[in-house]
Amino acid sequence: MAIEILMPALSPTMTEGKLARWLKAEGDAVKSGDVLAEIETDKATMEMEAVDEGTMGKILVAAGTEGVAVNTPIAIMLEEGETAADLGKVMEKAGPSSTPVAHNDGPQAALMAQAPAVAAPAHVEKEYDKYNRQTVREALRDAMAEEMRRDEGVFLLGEEVAQYQGAYKVSQGLLDEFGDRRVIDTPITEMGFTGLAVGAAFAGLKPIVEFMTMNFSMQAIDHVINSAAKTLYMSGGQQPCPIVFRGPNGAAARVAAQHSQDFASWYAHCPGLKVVAPWSAADAKGLLKAAIRDPNPVVVLENEILYGQSFDVPDDPDFIVPIGKAKIERPGEHVTIVTYSRMVGTSLEAAAMLEKDGISAEVINLRSLRPIDIDSIVASVKKTNRIVSVEEGWAYAGIGSEIAALMMEHCFDWLDAPVIRVCGADVPMPYAANLERLYLPTPEGIADAGRKVCYAK
Amino acid sequence: MATTSKRKAKVAEIGPDQLIGWYRDMLQIRRFEEKAGQLYGMGLIGGFCHLYIGQEAVVVGMQSAAGETDSVITSYRDHGQMLACGMDAKGVMAELTGRIGGYSKGKGGSMHMFSREKRFYGGHGIVGAQVPIGTGLGFAHKYTGDQGVCHVYLGDGALNQGQVYESFNMAALWKLPVVYVIENNKYAMGTSSERHAAGTELFKRGAAYGIPGEAVDGMSVQAVYEAASKALEHARSGNGPYILEMKTYRYRGHSMSDPAKYRTKEEVTKMREQHDPIDTLKNRLLEAGLVDEAVLKEMDREVKAIVSEAAEFAQSSPEPDVSELWTDVLIEA
Repeated sequence: MAIEILMPALSPTMTEGKLARWLKAEGDAVKSGDVLAEIETDKATMEMEAVDEGTMGKILVAAGTEGVAVNTPIAIMLEEGETAADLGKVMEKAGPSSTPVAHNDGPQAALMAQAPAVAAPAHVEKEYDKYNRQTVREALRDAMAEEMRRDEGVFLLGEEVAQYQGAYKVSQGLLDEFGDRRVIDTPITEMGFTGLAVGAAFAGLKPIVEFMTMNFSMQAIDHVINSAAKTLYMSGGQQPCPIVFRGPNGAAARVAAQHSQDFASWYAHCPGLKVVAPWSAADAKGLLKAAIRDPNPVVVLENEILYGQSFDVPDDPDFIVPIGKAKIERPGEHVTIVTYSRMVGTSLEAAAMLEKDGISAEVINLRSLRPIDIDSIVASVKKTNRIVSVEEGWAYAGIGSEIAALMMEHCFDWLDAPVIRVCGADVPMPYAANLERLYLPTPEGIADAGRKVCYAK
Repeated sequence: MATTSKRKAKVAEIGPDQLIGWYRDMLQIRRFEEKAGQLYGMGLIGGFCHLYIGQEAVVVGMQSAAGETDSVITSYRDHGQMLACGMDAKGVMAELTGRIGGYSKGKGGSMHMFSREKRFYGGHGIVGAQVPIGTGLGFAHKYTGDQGVCHVYLGDGALNQGQVYESFNMAALWKLPVVYVIENNKYAMGTSSERHAAGTELFKRGAAYGIPGEAVDGMSVQAVYEAASKALEHARSGNGPYILEMKTYRYRGHSMSDPAKYRTKEEVTKMREQHDPIDTLKNRLLEAGLVDEAVLKEMDREVKAIVSEAAEFAQSSPEPDVSELWTDVLIEA
């Protein structure tokens, strides 16, 4: 059966081109790989090679023809044993031999309207019989130790996590209990060890990657996003990546711009990741345990200043904080303050100030930033009709911006005042103590925002 | 170790069946890639499509020396690796056309395919990123003690990425079972190795980390096989990583839209006519009387039939259902 040769698309954007020159004439023998013709695309002049062997039967489009549409038959090749008489059979068949792919121009609007992954409603905080007082640091360590006892595939790697016992002493004691096979000091090589951990996760292990601070995760963000977050989708669901990326995030104290950034909105932006940001020791333990058990990549944004703070932690081997569930830290009637990580404490201070003014603030500790517990926020705003978001990070395209947009989409008619975002100053973090104080949200600043949405002085 | 002695025996005596098997495997990759180029020309494959034509001996030689639990990872010029790992031609071609029958349900494309069953871990589109990931697969082989080695493929261009050296350092430090296979096809996209590499003996790039390396004639499947056997044995025995620099050549452009003006036609023609891995082996088989022309023709027909069937499947398999847009983002816990 003679073979039709079609005008090829030789670039991702080419729809037509010029048939510049034929390098084979009718009657010429053709081997696979021979250059048949030169084609001018929208980008360059390209050679078109033969795929099949045979004889050039008939040239249908003359050299020099411009505007030849992709998939137009341009020549007919004869296979071994065929003659010119076979040409006719092919030429009767009009048009390209393949059906162009139908594109889904489907209802884009309908797709756009689908909200991002949203957690299920009606989460009730569980009460426990007994609580222990623990620092956030100890809670994180216990979470890792318990999960490592439970699952042989869980291991910890990072800079100074083993012999030094953790740059911030979060991994204290783990080397002694689990040995250097499972608690691994890495060289200072973020991109390398993050990629390595992703590979280990592809193979079925459950790595916990500690970044000495999340600032250094920028060296490795390609692996967090391109390698870890996207692979399940790119593999059509075949290749999971169960991994935890954790470390202190946000401002510490007097360490200046390169060591004081909140990466919440960077990571929360990306589908394929889960992102959590604990405040209390109970959050820290429960969320880290949930993150380690999760079959997806999870970013755990800790906070250095919180490491030494003590909280009550449930004394229960089954304690876990489900990802995607916010917690109402303080119920209130007049304004909702929604926040995460260290700013939960700052917002509670603000709520105490507001109480003196007769304003009852409800403080929501988000705990998870992706998925975000939109139902808890909406339920609160339907009660208070006012909302203030608080974060250390920059306002521009920040978590507060996302919350403001969600309020437009979910409770526009319930709002009695515009959303206010209380954020870090829109500058790199300064070093000077007075300027650093000006950079971060304060209880006073948050309380002011609370008064403003209540139209109170 | 039984498997080790078997591998050693294979190196010693390469029989006609082995040679013919190599020929067939290389031919199938060649024909598959030619067909992919054709489908790209018809507008059935979109975006980027990087063909392996010319480099077939590398992956076929490597895979014939592979152990049962070995894993493979590569960058975006990955169709040859997938076929050599035993992945189904239909599923690969259907992924190229973006159809539901593709390995990634049409959601990954040419550069992003995986098969955990065949221990093929992608298909990665970021140059060099597969190197630490593959080193991590090696880490997992050691952690689980499954005797596997990870074959990490990278191009001469990727070798200038910093993360490659981060990987070399960790692999050597922790004696990870990894063989780094540098496919030196002389061009990092359009920049020749003389123009992008300070020191073109790329196999020496691990020397500072104490990683042994050697240059291999990557146009000779037997040379690749022999070097691979040695390197894999080294890594499998707990001696740490090994670097193989495969001197190879791609006949086609970097991707489908590359007119390859950075090299002469004569250079390409010379490689094709004098060093083609498939023709060289074919001539050797015929001259030694190990096989006659008719058998090879029949083999060619078989391979063409497999590739045609793959191409037909890749066109008849439907596009993914619109609901697929929203699936596989996260695993529901």
